[in-house]
Amino acid sequence: MKSGKSYITFENVCVDFPVYNASCRSLKKRLIQVATGGKLNTDQEGKVVVRALDGISFKLVEGDRVGLLGHNGAGKSTLLRVLSSVYHPSSGTATIVGKTGALIDIALGIDPEATGLENIFVRGGLLGLSKPEVKSHLADIIAFSELGDFIEMPLRTYSTGMHMRLAFAVSTLLRPQILLMDEWLSVGDEGFRRKAEQRMVDLVEATRILILASHSKELILNTCNRAIWLEHGKIRMDGPAGDVVAAYFDR
Amino acid sequence: MRPSGMKSTLLDLVNAFKCAPLVGMLGWQDVRQRYRRSTLGPFWITMSMGVMIGTIGVVFGQIFQSTITEFLPYLAVGMILWNYMSAIIIEGCAGFIAAETIIKQLPIPLFVHIMRMVWRNILILAHNIVIFPLVLIAVGKPITWLALLSIPGLVLQCANLTWLALFLGMLCARYRDLPQIVNSVLQVVFYLTPIMWMPKLLPQRAGTFLLDLNPVYHLLEIVRSPLLGQIPSLTNWLVSLALALFGWGITLALYNRYRLRIVYWL
Repeated sequence: MKSGKSYITFENVCVDFPVYNASCRSLKKRLIQVATGGKLNTDQEGKVVVRALDGISFKLVEGDRVGLLGHNGAGKSTLLRVLSSVYHPSSGTATIVGKTGALIDIALGIDPEATGLENIFVRGGLLGLSKPEVKSHLADIIAFSELGDFIEMPLRTYSTGMHMRLAFAVSTLLRPQILLMDEWLSVGDEGFRRKAEQRMVDLVEATRILILASHSKELILNTCNRAIWLEHGKIRMDGPAGDVVAAYFDR
Repeated sequence: MRPSGMKSTLLDLVNAFKCAPLVGMLGWQDVRQRYRRSTLGPFWITMSMGVMIGTIGVVFGQIFQSTITEFLPYLAVGMILWNYMSAIIIEGCAGFIAAETIIKQLPIPLFVHIMRMVWRNILILAHNIVIFPLVLIAVGKPITWLALLSIPGLVLQCANLTWLALFLGMLCARYRDLPQIVNSVLQVVFYLTPIMWMPKLLPQRAGTFLLDLNPVYHLLEIVRSPLLGQIPSLTNWLVSLALALFGWGITLALYNRYRLRIVYWL
């Protein structure tokens, strides 16, 4: 863990997705274009680009609990991916200081043929935990997910609920300084949900900066102190959660 | 944040090596996943390899009128190594494409996905190589200390295969029809390279073209010759070494330039 303050600074961040249609992706077409000359340029100039984020600038400091609002396709997921360093901005600079963790696709990397135990290690490894670290949490994970002896069974024998409980127990082991979430995680039946809820609250409290994309008014009002409203890849409004939520839901 | 520049590209590779335990685990996972529900387990592939070598050995041994003691071990090593080399090249083409979901979720150094694929194939090679001592016993040929020379050969060969996989992985993520082309090229290379036939069967002139100018031959030879009790020629080693330096040079330049773009191509 790095010490020192965590912060995030975005300066005029743009993310452009090149759209390669079948002909652009084909090497044959490309070679023919080179051979015939000229065409290559017009094709490259006319390359279709989708701008997912357009001139995003903001600064987040410790203690910020930011809600991301916006319609589907407004750029929320793309922004989360830039924040998790998966996408590098096409232009502009994104400075992210602090250990980032994402609770986005918690079932990632799960192999149905492998046992619960094996999956815990793979999933933990993908999240950046070493084998001894996972081992030290093993008892806790098994107890928390309430899987008991099923932990030795292949995952394909699990019910959906058991699946999610295991994924949840492993994914929430992380204590990142910057936490990224796409909607609130809520899994399992009534009893488990209460336990999961408590863990989520602990996790959010322990994190220094939270960024939560959501469509839920209550969730953002309850969790966040600041909100950013994205529209067509641009920031439409950035301010205290109450104000932005009011503006967003009262349109 | 991942800044650009050669320094950060090298850092990406260093970080990928730091992920070695993860690479090891994922590679094993891949191997186990393939054979999990079969009784023979991972040795299933070894069996089919053995049957293939046996069949080709008998048929082509007859056609070429080679002595079985000489031809069968030669064929076994050649086939096993070719299987390993071509698998890395073919799977290298899909290296980044196959890891798309992980790449788009987690900021793991991209080279990890190539390392995982190479490691998986090294494990499969380790399973297949079991056939070789069995063949030696079957034909009653002893193994010599020279075989140890194949270890540095394997390392150099692997260094070459890795750059090629990274190189192709990048190109194929961008140009999706490339894997088919690579596939066809590999098939041609398989027949051009002495794997099923022995170099001494060639007339002198054809030999210079098919052997000396064929980089795959040199790469194969630095591992195969020692296992068969011969010392690889200096040319074999020098060509392989030059190929590694040259290949890594080009690949690193390309990786440096497009590393941050790969995720956008997926």
